[in-house]
Amino acid sequence: MNRKLRITHYAIFLLLILAALIASPAAAQDTNPPTDDEVNAVAKQLYCPVCENTPLDVCPTQACAQWRDLIRLKLSQGESEADIKQYFVENYGARVLNEPPREGLNWLAYIVPPLAILAGAVFLFRALQRMKKPVVAAPAQGQEVDANVDDYVARLEAEVKKQK
Amino acid sequence: MENVMTEINEAPVRRGVPLWAQIVIWVVLLALLILVGVTLNKRKQGTVQPGDVIPNFTLPLFEGYQYEGQAEVKLADFKGKVVVLNFWASWCKPCEQEAAELQEAWEFYEPTGEVVFLGADYVDTEPEARVYLQKYGITFFNGPDMGTRISQLFRIQGVPETYFIDRTGTLRYVQVGPFSSLAQIQQQIDILLAE
Repeated sequence: MNRKLRITHYAIFLLLILAALIASPAAAQDTNPPTDDEVNAVAKQLYCPVCENTPLDVCPTQACAQWRDLIRLKLSQGESEADIKQYFVENYGARVLNEPPREGLNWLAYIVPPLAILAGAVFLFRALQRMKKPVVAAPAQGQEVDANVDDYVARLEAEVKKQK
Repeated sequence: MENVMTEINEAPVRRGVPLWAQIVIWVVLLALLILVGVTLNKRKQGTVQPGDVIPNFTLPLFEGYQYEGQAEVKLADFKGKVVVLNFWASWCKPCEQEAAELQEAWEFYEPTGEVVFLGADYVDTEPEARVYLQKYGITFFNGPDMGTRISQLFRIQGVPETYFIDRTGTLRYVQVGPFSSLAQIQQQIDILLAE
């Protein structure tokens, strides 16, 4: 009986070791460093604070390499994308964001372009409407119509003819 | 004929943009032009100029580079002292040329208690900044220019740049680019100390 119990204990012990061995790769996977793609996914939402108009993921300078390393470090520490972006804004200002925050004068960047397009469309529509020729009475047979005649004169002539 | 004129008068009249809309459009366009003009003018101004009174600013300090145990300092804390404010970054190669001279100057003036050196680390990462400070043995007060607020205040054009502020808080000299020697730094400080 004792021997059977001992065998059972050994079996449980072996099973536990086996389970630990199977579980350890999964645990190790969680602590894997972030991949370049993961780093670049955050970096492309940020701009280099010193070289204007250069996204951080493609910026070749040493400073940008440092910032990408910082993103990697923060991702490995479990920080979210939003946390990292917030850190960059606090440290380097809102100009590092690829989209300006929707506040203060930044709203102009969101409002002015669509308004300008809308105003342009309205202007174009009205201009096209004006270019349409007005409907005038058909000229009598054999009568030539001067293409350059003013609309107003054409309509006036048409009305006079009707009265005759 | 009267009939004709009446009908003509009744013909559809082309209606333009209402007056109120025209006023709004012109006001908005004018406001945008003013905004662009002011922004361009600010950029054209360059750095703050000698003679300008420097507004108060707050510089948070790196651990180990603090002033009398304070985690941050204000310019107003140094009223009555000459302040040398240096903008630098660990990625800035020209900054390395003057780092040793700045430290030497600090060691020279520190015992007098009349001069304060402040290092504002411009858009940098702290680990690299610390490596830089250790590499050049820098001991004067240093901290990050959070949100580039101080550099915007001084409208710096790049790094390194150094600003010499007299005892009254007035800017007296601007060094754009690295110093070439210790004597160059001392010359500016001595002028301010002699006043």
